[in-house]
Amino acid sequence: MTTLATTTRVAEAAAPLDGRKPVGQLLERVRAGRQFTSNVLSTLDVLQVLYDRVLRITPATVDDPDRDRFLLSKGHAVAGYYALLAAKGFIPPDWLDDQGGPESRLGDHPDRTLIPGVEIGSGSLGHGLGLGVGTALGLRAQGLLEPRVYVLLGDAELDEGSNHEAIAYAGAVGLANLTAIVVDNFSATHGWPGGLATRFTANGWTAATVDGRDHTALHTALTGHHGHRPHLVVAVIEEGK
Amino acid sequence: MRDRFVETTTALLAEDPRTALVLADISAAAFAPAARRHPDRVLNVGIREQLMLGVAGGLALTGLRPIVHSYAPFLVERAYEQIKLDLDHQDASAVLVSVGASYDRAAAGRTHLSPADVSLIDTLHGWTVHVPGHPDEVPALLRAAVAAEESAYLRLSTLSNGGPHGGDGALVVVRDAGPGAALLVAVGPTLDAALAATSGLPVTVAYTHRPHPFDTAGLRALVDREVILVEPYLAGTSARVVSAALTDRPHRLLALGVTREELRRYGSAEDHTRWHGLDASGLRRSITGFLSPALV
Repeated sequence: MTTLATTTRVAEAAAPLDGRKPVGQLLERVRAGRQFTSNVLSTLDVLQVLYDRVLRITPATVDDPDRDRFLLSKGHAVAGYYALLAAKGFIPPDWLDDQGGPESRLGDHPDRTLIPGVEIGSGSLGHGLGLGVGTALGLRAQGLLEPRVYVLLGDAELDEGSNHEAIAYAGAVGLANLTAIVVDNFSATHGWPGGLATRFTANGWTAATVDGRDHTALHTALTGHHGHRPHLVVAVIEEGK
Repeated sequence: MRDRFVETTTALLAEDPRTALVLADISAAAFAPAARRHPDRVLNVGIREQLMLGVAGGLALTGLRPIVHSYAPFLVERAYEQIKLDLDHQDASAVLVSVGASYDRAAAGRTHLSPADVSLIDTLHGWTVHVPGHPDEVPALLRAAVAAEESAYLRLSTLSNGGPHGGDGALVVVRDAGPGAALLVAVGPTLDAALAATSGLPVTVAYTHRPHPFDTAGLRALVDREVILVEPYLAGTSARVVSAALTDRPHRLLALGVTREELRRYGSAEDHTRWHGLDASGLRRSITGFLSPALV
């Protein structure tokens, strides 16, 4: 188990995102002395790149039909998510101090009705991609061609068969405004022999597999869709890094 | 009923650009003309019921009004968690329309039977359930459900009464047996058998196509002491609601419907109606047994 004893990671993450709040300090507030499991840290880099450089969402546009949608499907990865939402001004930093408390809006899994900027409530694995497919279809049906839908999943989450319904269908209909991001920290019990990206590319998706710590590579991959097919980004997190 | 559903949905898709239809192959051929006219809003995801509900949730989050349709066991039972999470938990809503009620497809066996669907929807909050008793009831119910903001479940059947009974779902007295009579509430296509079963008995018969929310005010206005529920799905599904509505009144309740036992028999829907005691003679047997102590 990786913990925040790996403080160098946190120090890197503590660089201010937009001049408002350093994420590292905010993450410490969420942590409140607890130990984080590795999934928290493995997700942080991709979240930072998304919110810094990719997603067209601000606290002022959380209800704008033309905004990009970010759907956190692996709902347990909330610590970095909440810290980033606070860093970007979607939620007050004070909310971070009592996660899961009786008066808190922040649970161990996020609830979209309680948190500005959160597109879906998640927790039970295997729901985000189907919701993302529906969101992408709904935007397209209304002529909203600018916004893009990003769904963040984990490699173990792909065990859930519901994902494979969504992967096959999105590929078959060429759902070009959808990007799936899979943080691959090799946590799927039976693994993905041949690579998990093949499950997508066999169904007509484009795919890029990159180092999940490399912000430049992540940015290139996250903006590497071609406009005719759904796109996959695999963010690989090697153990111990 | 399915034909009326297809006609009405096809019209709604043309009338309102907010309307969308999500299918999992079932009835796809019947909706082919609508799919040609509205390719972005008639979405057949293939035989993928989890995705069908997930897509409906996503569509609703973008402001569309999805109608979701399949066989009842696949729409409600297979995708129950998606109904709970991809609609309700997201504060999103949809109109679910099933065919293949209870034992409509009796010869297909257990995989295509779905007597538990209304019970499952009853575990959720804020849903309206319509069980039309005649094809002519379907268009108005569907239009009202789609025009509303909340989620609704329309349960279509191949079984029906001889004629339609309109209304908004409030209990409608079909036969009034006068003061002191027992009250029988027949839901959807059980009405004709219930009327035949209670011929000559001191039983007032009321009809509803809307078991949820149940018309508890109408119930309280009509009940004397005995209440008989006849439902075309799991026996006792609405017993909880009736009991709660009458907690302050001495009353007796007989809740009839489809039994939980798996019969492992094929045959026709009419055969299963008889085997579950929901035909006129079976109902009369249960009802006279229930009323006899009161008559002694």
